[in-house]
Amino acid sequence: MIPLGHYLIVSALLFAIGTAGVFLRRNLITILLSIEIMLNAVNLTFVAFGRSQGTVDGQIITFFVMTVAAAEAAVGLAIVIGLFRHRESLNPDAFTLLKW
Amino acid sequence: MIALIPLFPLLGFVINASLGRRLPKTISGGLASLAMLASFAVSLAVVWQVASRAPAQRFVEQTLYTWIASGDFVLDLTFRVDPLASVMILVITGIGSLIHIYSTAYMHEERSGEYARYFSYLNLFAAFMLVLVLGANFLVLFVGWEGVGLCSYLLIGFWFEKKSASDAGKKAFIVNRIGDYAFILGTLLVFVRFGTLDFQRIASAVAPLGPESMFGTLSVATLLLFIGATGKSAQIPLYVWLPDAMEGPTPVSALIHAATMVTAGVYMIGRNAVLFSHAPETMAVVAVIGASTALMAGTIGLVQNDIKRVLAYSTVSQLGYMFLAMGVGAFGAGIFHLYTHAFFKACLFLGSGAVIHALHGEQDIRNMGGLKAGLPITYWTFLIGSLAIAGVPGLAGFFSKDEILFETFAHGHQILWVIGILTSLLTATYMFRLVFLTFHGERRHDAPAPEDAEEEEPSRLSHQPASGASHRHDAGSHLHDAPTAMALALIVLAFGSVLAGYAGVPRALGGHNALGAWLAPSFTARSVTTLADQQVGQVGEAGGAGETGAAGLELSLMVVSSIIAIVGIGLAAFIWLKRREVADKAAAAFPGLYRLLLNKYYVDEVYDAAIVQPIRIVSQEGLWRGIDVHVIDGAVNGVATIVDGWSSLLRRLQSGSVRAYAGSLFIGVVLILGYYLWR
Repeated sequence: MIPLGHYLIVSALLFAIGTAGVFLRRNLITILLSIEIMLNAVNLTFVAFGRSQGTVDGQIITFFVMTVAAAEAAVGLAIVIGLFRHRESLNPDAFTLLKW
Repeated sequence: MIALIPLFPLLGFVINASLGRRLPKTISGGLASLAMLASFAVSLAVVWQVASRAPAQRFVEQTLYTWIASGDFVLDLTFRVDPLASVMILVITGIGSLIHIYSTAYMHEERSGEYARYFSYLNLFAAFMLVLVLGANFLVLFVGWEGVGLCSYLLIGFWFEKKSASDAGKKAFIVNRIGDYAFILGTLLVFVRFGTLDFQRIASAVAPLGPESMFGTLSVATLLLFIGATGKSAQIPLYVWLPDAMEGPTPVSALIHAATMVTAGVYMIGRNAVLFSHAPETMAVVAVIGASTALMAGTIGLVQNDIKRVLAYSTVSQLGYMFLAMGVGAFGAGIFHLYTHAFFKACLFLGSGAVIHALHGEQDIRNMGGLKAGLPITYWTFLIGSLAIAGVPGLAGFFSKDEILFETFAHGHQILWVIGILTSLLTATYMFRLVFLTFHGERRHDAPAPEDAEEEEPSRLSHQPASGASHRHDAGSHLHDAPTAMALALIVLAFGSVLAGYAGVPRALGGHNALGAWLAPSFTARSVTTLADQQVGQVGEAGGAGETGAAGLELSLMVVSSIIAIVGIGLAAFIWLKRREVADKAAAAFPGLYRLLLNKYYVDEVYDAAIVQPIRIVSQEGLWRGIDVHVIDGAVNGVATIVDGWSSLLRRLQSGSVRAYAGSLFIGVVLILGYYLWR
């Protein structure tokens, strides 16, 4: 049986990759994908902990996260399409109008 | 049953205040008078019930409900009729009814809405006044105390379109506030000391204590209560509002500022007789203040020219007598004078109202004169009232005033007695100056400005198709004496002014001071009824024994004051009937004194300079322009400036870049988590 630590390390790596993606990539769609990676890293942690504790709580929460992630992806993509129609760009630095 | 007494006028107030605008005058006025008469009938029944008991059990109580229950402090809304309260409710409802009836005629020129407003105030006043005297504890009394103050304000300022009237109302209200403040403090002190506000319980808690030899809690509490009384009852130093209160309609002056409300302070001291008599320092203060007020107001009354102001100063002066009586411990005598004074002063005020009514608002006695023939009823009733207040033997004022003077002398206050006698001389003189200038001599009405008088009253001319010239010459024939309702009140009160005194004929004259004996249980503690029964009996016997010895003294004092009264009347007759120029010469000989008196010792000016102006300056320059503008507004504006400055710095952070936001979010999370992991 694979020990809990291994899962957590994979999960931390995935989360770091996702975070790096959010900060480093200049494409809104890629950023959304990176966010999905971060969410799934968290999901992995939940499931791993659930397994090691011998309960189903982790899996239940994962279902919730997946539901929210699906909704978020739908809304996020819709916003991205709207922004693209507006500016012909997917670079987040092009959208800084909403400030003081 | 007792609760009905104030309830009737309250009901009248509610009806007149809500529906009065739509009711015709006869109904709104009649309703108000009827409410008072009903209240009078119930009072009679209650007093009958009280009188049918043994002296020590002479009180009936009605507890309506528990008003306040907070921990140990329980206060019931209780009404109690004892001998003292029974005298008060009969005076209030009896004279109140007469004045209501009088008002139905006096106010008939008012518009219907105003008429109803007047009667609603008058009824409300009566209701509060009855609550004041029926209340069995300080807080219920205080409700009435404040309520009558409010009604006094409303009625003084009844003609509020007139600046002087609304000012006078405000003055009365504010001056009374000062007294009421002290009154509340006194009440609280009494509560702290005795743990109860019920008069009977306070009395029985005080009774076993000896009189306070040092200046202590009792003295402070009673002094504070007395300051409250000086406000309500117009004594030095808070008397200044009463003369100005004459701006109100004359029946109001008769009811509130002569017969009932202003006697509330005297009543309050009588109600707490046991408490006050245990504080000798306060009693001395009360007596001295009372005597000096009596003298000072008497001297001012001598030179005033407004018929109502003379009566107002006379009221202040007579109230001084009552406080003198209270201060020397003659509580019965004080209440006796309160009771007779209510009759003759109401009679005099209503008489002056009839004069003013007949002369269409003229109040200056220099413009009156010779009204005797035109206004016979008014003249005779006014004369009887004046004789009564002057202390002519056989009339009401004589018995009560002499009892006060005798008690003052008998308690060893010779100087105060001299002041009292002097005031008695002044009273007789200024009252008969008023009578002679108003009713006797040549007619000076219409004399100063005949043309104006005609132009002012075109409507009256059109009603009476006489030519202008004949109108002027026959001014007397236009004088209409008091209408039936007014005449009725005047005549009843005149009878009262004669007969009221016979309730308390002193033993020296073969009477047995029925009123004094009736009131006596109210001025003693009623801790144990059987014991109190014996005490009252003893007091009665002791009093009887003492008075047989003092009868000679009382008789000789009586002769002195009767002579004084007659000398005063004679002096007035000599000066203002025979030799008018003597008065002018006297005024010219002592111009400083005359001006001092005419300007009422400049007390109003002194108060203005010493109190009103400093408060105004501090408020305007210090509190408004200084503290309000700079400190309070400054604090508010300063907060706004600080927020503005910081936000203009902080809003640089809102760059609009999503990545920057995400970055700061990430750094924040890392910092917080890091803190919890590595702390």
